[in-house]
Amino acid sequence: MIYWEIFLAFFIPGILGYGGGPASIPLVENEVVNRYEWMTTQEFSEVLALGNSLPGPIATKMAGYIGYAEGGWLGALVALFATVAPSLILMVALLSLLLKYKDSPRVKMMSSLVRPTIAVLLGVMTWGFFADSIEASGGIQTAVLALISFVLMEKMNVHPALVIAGALLYGAVFLGG
Amino acid sequence: MKKNKNQANLFMAFFRVGIFGFGGGPASITLVHKEVVKHYKWMNEEEFSDVLALGNAMPGPIATKMAGYIGYRVGGLTGLFNAIAATIVPTVAAMILLLATLNAYRDVAWVNGMSQAVIPVVAVMLGVLTWDFIKKSSSALGWLITLFLVGASLLFLEWLNVHPAILIAVILAYALLFGHKGKKGKAGRKHRGDPQ
Repeated sequence: MIYWEIFLAFFIPGILGYGGGPASIPLVENEVVNRYEWMTTQEFSEVLALGNSLPGPIATKMAGYIGYAEGGWLGALVALFATVAPSLILMVALLSLLLKYKDSPRVKMMSSLVRPTIAVLLGVMTWGFFADSIEASGGIQTAVLALISFVLMEKMNVHPALVIAGALLYGAVFLGG
Repeated sequence: MKKNKNQANLFMAFFRVGIFGFGGGPASITLVHKEVVKHYKWMNEEEFSDVLALGNAMPGPIATKMAGYIGYRVGGLTGLFNAIAATIVPTVAAMILLLATLNAYRDVAWVNGMSQAVIPVVAVMLGVLTWDFIKKSSSALGWLITLFLVGASLLFLEWLNVHPAILIAVILAYALLFGHKGKKGKAGRKHRGDPQ
């Protein structure tokens, strides 16, 4: 039954996540942490952090790893299938229909109206990560790390992978004690 | 012979997209564009932006939708599976290897320190993404409607504990039924070809 659960946990974010893979991450978290309790928020955020330090689509990296952790290689396959297949099958099958309606206001409205909700889901998740970090390493460490990484990534355009690598190094040296 | 060549090219194109695209699928769309339109010329600009607009009109990860559809057009069903595998397999394998290694050393103090230090960085990335979504929706819907929808979503999700899937399904159904009463696709056209 674990494979059916894995399928559902990734199928639902896959068909409801408008805005690409990153937008579906809070939905994945909801299934994996809140519903099936496969991971704690802390574990999920570590997986997400490492996922962000590697290249490639984030949704499939999360699905592949979590599927593997819960159900081995078959679990990874099931999770990847559930993430990728439904929307892709729809896209290939309904192509002519969609080409006709792609500029339809209804279709545009679907992705526009859902965006604020996705923003709230992402915002709540952001808040959760900050709360976890304050609990684990204290308010000062959290604030300093957040501020420095914000300036590096957003103001100085340093590559996110480099910032994560820097944070890993900092943590190994200063937070390991 | 040409067929095999095509499959090999498909694999290389999406393999490069997968391993050089940092920041998730939407961030790697420019790389897909480079391979598909500029390098291999499988599609022209017009076709590519149509496929991208279509992909954005559908839910789910954008990178695999693009890979699957372009793979299908260039090399049939084999092409579809080929392009998807090239996009996701290398990075998923790297992810599993990295995390398995890390988990083996979970109790070592400095490994623990590493995973602590990385959480605020991810929080910042998510915060920036949140802000992107708010900005995009205010340019499509205006600030007033955006703030109203943000407030309403907060209320339903956090205080009334509605499952996000249910809330999103209701919003999608509403847009499908009443969406044509909005501004007639004008705002939408401006965002054509926008990966988000």
